[in-house]
Amino acid sequence: MPPTISIIYDQIRWEEKAVRDAALARGIPVNLIDAKKAYFNLVGEEKEPENFGDVVLQRCVSYFRNLHITAILESKGYSVVNSYDVTNVCGNKLLTTLKLAKAGVPTPKTYVAFTPEGALKAAEEVGYPLLIKPVIGSWGRLIVPLKDRETAEAVFEERLYMFPLYQVYYLQEIVKRPPRDLRVFVIGDEAVAGIYRYSLDIKTNIARGGKAEACHITDELREISLKAAEAVGGGILGVDLMELDGGYVVHEINHTIEFHATVSVTGVNIPKYILGYLLRKARR
Amino acid sequence: MAKKVKCTECDAEFEVPDDVVVGEVISCPDCGLELEVVEIEGDTVKVKILQVSGEDWGE
Repeated sequence: MPPTISIIYDQIRWEEKAVRDAALARGIPVNLIDAKKAYFNLVGEEKEPENFGDVVLQRCVSYFRNLHITAILESKGYSVVNSYDVTNVCGNKLLTTLKLAKAGVPTPKTYVAFTPEGALKAAEEVGYPLLIKPVIGSWGRLIVPLKDRETAEAVFEERLYMFPLYQVYYLQEIVKRPPRDLRVFVIGDEAVAGIYRYSLDIKTNIARGGKAEACHITDELREISLKAAEAVGGGILGVDLMELDGGYVVHEINHTIEFHATVSVTGVNIPKYILGYLLRKARR
Repeated sequence: MAKKVKCTECDAEFEVPDDVVVGEVISCPDCGLELEVVEIEGDTVKVKILQVSGEDWGE
């Protein structure tokens, strides 16, 4: 009997269908589960109405839904990819920076403070211009370049009227990079594909209109990407890097990767690699 | 066999492949709007306008 796979999702995009089709082509049953309709008994012992199978691929695009469902399923004994610990670290830029720094992975200069007063002092340490980033947030939302002290004061004051999460002042240097960054897809212990992402502004996200181009993975790029992925716990990950002084810095690691554009420009069969990883993680 | 969809925005009627599933994102060929499949009943597919982004959405 082959193991059974479930994919939990908010929306079925190209990526979810591609993984499902890769599994079905090998005769592996896949149960697609709509997270928006799911509910869970946190206290009782009985099984869930849904069959989550031997391994669960977590594909929720809503971060909090993703993280909390993974916590529940792991606690009930399911093998979930990515794991709760990996998702929690990758979903939080501060926790990611701590892990990268501890593992000795080059990463941009970053300070954090918790009040506007503290943040102004931290900003002087980083040096203007710099970036303020929400510690939890995606697709470049609310990332703001701060040109000088005056701008910083205005933005920090504004954040006082926002949800407390935005009063964690995560401040990062603006890396003097070419008008592109890199994304390396790490699945298990393999760096399977790489792309350059081009954009005219500081945000290169494909979801925001950044353009993808295939990138050859050199030994140096492979080494730093694998080390970064390992630092956050490993899994199916997108390691984001920038070129700096002939080397690289890692600024972010993504836990629920979008790879449609990457498959198009690189020709790498990422769904096949994901399936292989899921089968290795299946609880038998 | 294909299944039938009616766009909630422009009322265009179009067909989608038989293996369509709930939650799938499809585009209306007439108005281009992205739609999410919410229900499949026989050969009729019900859709709603796709939620493009929530505050905590993204990779």
